[in-house]
Amino acid sequence: MLIADLFFYLFAAICVAAAFMVISARNPVHSVLFLILAFVSSAGLFILLGAEFLAFILIVVYVGAVAVLFLFVVMMLDVDFAELRSGFLTYLPIGAVIGIILLIELVLVLGSWVITPQIASHITTPIPPSNEVSNIEALGLVLYTKYVYFFQAAGVVLLISMIGAIVLTLQHKPGIKRQSVARQVSRTRDESIEIKKVESGKGL
Amino acid sequence: MMSVGLPHYLTLAAILFSLGIFGIFLNRKNVIVILMSIELILLAVNINFVAFSSFLGDLVGQVFALFVLTVAAAEAAIGLAIVVVYYRNRGSIAVEDINMMKG
Repeated sequence: MLIADLFFYLFAAICVAAAFMVISARNPVHSVLFLILAFVSSAGLFILLGAEFLAFILIVVYVGAVAVLFLFVVMMLDVDFAELRSGFLTYLPIGAVIGIILLIELVLVLGSWVITPQIASHITTPIPPSNEVSNIEALGLVLYTKYVYFFQAAGVVLLISMIGAIVLTLQHKPGIKRQSVARQVSRTRDESIEIKKVESGKGL
Repeated sequence: MMSVGLPHYLTLAAILFSLGIFGIFLNRKNVIVILMSIELILLAVNINFVAFSSFLGDLVGQVFALFVLTVAAAEAAIGLAIVVVYYRNRGSIAVEDINMMKG
């Protein structure tokens, strides 16, 4: 158990330090890289908690897709990031005050709550023992049966966001020759072939 | 050093959440860092979900963490698309300039 505890403190420390660097790094590219570090260390935390599938998904989706998307956008936009940081120190006090108040509130909530002893009767889908059913299998057994509508809704959300992103960023440049499928298909023989009667020995 | 339990994970999530809020205030001009702060906040929520799921022995928390992940990915894609379009139109991504709709 001690090894797991040590790993918790290691991952938690890396995660908090990386999160702090995300919001305070001078260069947004460094921010994105520290965001990746925070995601990777929280994937480690998920493995410690026994949620292996979510850990893998966190690596694949967040590090592989979302963080790379951020990286692309940061590098693609030619923005003067130093100018954007100019108000950094003026917003520091109010931000710090609100952040600390929020943290104190959350910790106060944490210190005063207890889990009701009847919690065992409210558990709808207990986690099966990991030596019988793996985490991925258990998740699949729940996700595709009980939560199949939520699963479909998540798919629709992703589809709409994909369509939305394409519609927003697609631009039609004028002066580009494009294939007009409708015109090609609606062509008839009469309008595309012209038959000439050529008299012999005269040429056209 | 006490053994790691649910309060440890909840404290970590609370710290991450507060850092995310702090980041939104700190980088008020840079919309990309604001989006990253939102990702941090959603990560904190996910840690809460998974920690409760693990310590109470209920799988639903992990299912919902999966949905939170989905929505976070969709939100990041749309947000960054809006940033790219905005930059194309205005040549800047400063949050202060976003006032065309006079809302």
